[in-house]
Amino acid sequence: MKKFSGKVLFLDRSDINTDEIIPAKYLTEITKEALKPYLLEDLTLEDFTHEDINDKAVIVTRENFGCGSSREHAPWAFEVNGIYVVIAESFARIFRQNMYNCGMFAIELPKEKIDYLFDNYAGKDTTIEVDGDNNKIIVTTSDKSEAIDFSVGEFDKTLVKEGGWVGYADKNY
Amino acid sequence: MGKTIAEKIFDAHRVNEPFPDTHVLKLDRVFCHEITTPIAITDLMARGMDRVFDPTKIKAVIDHVTPAKDSKTAEQGKILRDWAKRNEIKDFFDIGRNGVCHAIFPEKGFVRPGYTVIMGDSHTCTHGAFGAFAAGVGTTDLEVGILKGVCAFHFPKTIKFELSGALKPGVYAKDLILFIIKELTVNGATNMVIEFTGPVVDAMSMESRMTLCNMAIEAGGTCGVCYPDMTTVEYLWKFIQDEFDTKEDALKEYSKWVSDDDAEYEKIYRYDVSTLEPMVTFGYKPDQVKTVDEMSGTKIDQIYIGSCTNGRIEDLRIAASILKGKKISDDVRAIVSPATPAIYSMALKEGLIEIFQDAGFCVTNPTCGACLGMSNGVLAHGEACASTTNRNFNGRMGKGGTVHLMSPATAAATAIEGKITNSELFKA
Repeated sequence: MKKFSGKVLFLDRSDINTDEIIPAKYLTEITKEALKPYLLEDLTLEDFTHEDINDKAVIVTRENFGCGSSREHAPWAFEVNGIYVVIAESFARIFRQNMYNCGMFAIELPKEKIDYLFDNYAGKDTTIEVDGDNNKIIVTTSDKSEAIDFSVGEFDKTLVKEGGWVGYADKNY
Repeated sequence: MGKTIAEKIFDAHRVNEPFPDTHVLKLDRVFCHEITTPIAITDLMARGMDRVFDPTKIKAVIDHVTPAKDSKTAEQGKILRDWAKRNEIKDFFDIGRNGVCHAIFPEKGFVRPGYTVIMGDSHTCTHGAFGAFAAGVGTTDLEVGILKGVCAFHFPKTIKFELSGALKPGVYAKDLILFIIKELTVNGATNMVIEFTGPVVDAMSMESRMTLCNMAIEAGGTCGVCYPDMTTVEYLWKFIQDEFDTKEDALKEYSKWVSDDDAEYEKIYRYDVSTLEPMVTFGYKPDQVKTVDEMSGTKIDQIYIGSCTNGRIEDLRIAASILKGKKISDDVRAIVSPATPAIYSMALKEGLIEIFQDAGFCVTNPTCGACLGMSNGVLAHGEACASTTNRNFNGRMGKGGTVHLMSPATAAATAIEGKITNSELFKA
């Protein structure tokens, strides 16, 4: 399976909604690429600035990420910014499915592990690699590296392998 | 062990279970609008698969920004319009014949008990009011739905609300669902179906049931569901009268889409709602809810009555009954958007539009517009809107604006006073 890896953006808040990820006024765009400058434009989070997105490939965040609108523009806005992985304590159903439907990872970790990641890695130059074949993420900083297990359903894993739901569905239904 | 209504619908529609807890269902309806469908259409075209699984099961409407406000929204409308024509989708509702999707599709009789419905819109859960399984999905699920007529879901765990007693005067379905979301929190029903049952729901019109189910998603719910009964049959009768000899026959048929007494639930909530007060949101999450009396006096800049939550005829009647013979405060502006052309026509005939206009309301055409800050009533920075819509997210109705969700009755009373006000103040 394709390996996703890159620098981590920590978003220390629960209930970040899809209006915050990509405001509705940009839903009039009809290409994914056009969404790029507007990712997280309306995010309410202290000390967050838009420049924090630069060169990041993985998000680590709290509960109920992606709640609200069904807009797949949210995963697309991540995708066109080179972010293919969101790791959270929990996701809203539609956002989570949209990520896998696009062939990207929405990884759920228990609260203790999310707390651990924030406590030990937030504010540091951290890289995460997703090893989907072995259900592990590898967290790395300049002085250490460790693996953390996660669970993912076979369907979701298949979607990542196949590059999304459209191709899979076309072959099988 | 008995089954819930969602389990029964899954059993009747399951194509296969390709992986554990992955149920691929056959779809009875795929609804489309101009915001989330065009990218599915252009992707299908790029893949050389510009076709639809069944043009009679696909229904499409331009509703979010209509009439088009600029070249981009005009282009979105054009992509949807051309696609509907090319693929012989007869039920396409263009400008002038269009309304808010979750109001116009039920009004046209497109949803029946036991149906599976998807749409690229989170408030698709509204249609569960008919005893259907209706879920909002993203554009990729929509695209597969258009192409193949299937969608994959996890097992529908269900929570049930048994609502007893009777709502007080001045308290409506909107107050009840705000109270329920407060109890559940914004992710309390994630990945679950919410059943609304009991004498309070039995006594509700289809409009009120749609208001309840509409906001299931605000607690994370996949779908809100009400059991079909004679109220459902009466609402659908003009569309189904050729299928059944009598309404009783229809009811008998639809009654198979009711949960068994011994069905298994994740949790059952039992409330006597007789003492429930009118409710309103504060903050930026729909579970941040207080009574109207607690929030009374909060200054407001704009009032908005409309949307897939509360833009139906019953809502307009309630608001107009409070506004009749009165003027809105000089300190506010107010907008009403009947959710469909048929609702608009009824409101005209019943004299409601005149009441709104005499009170000082701007009456707009049916559109989602202001609810998500796209058109027809966007807020300026720092402004507050008293709104009958469903989301109070930060900036939802305009960057830097605040939204207080409430019932049409509370919104009407708030318009008169210019600040959050209990509608009971205006009852004789």
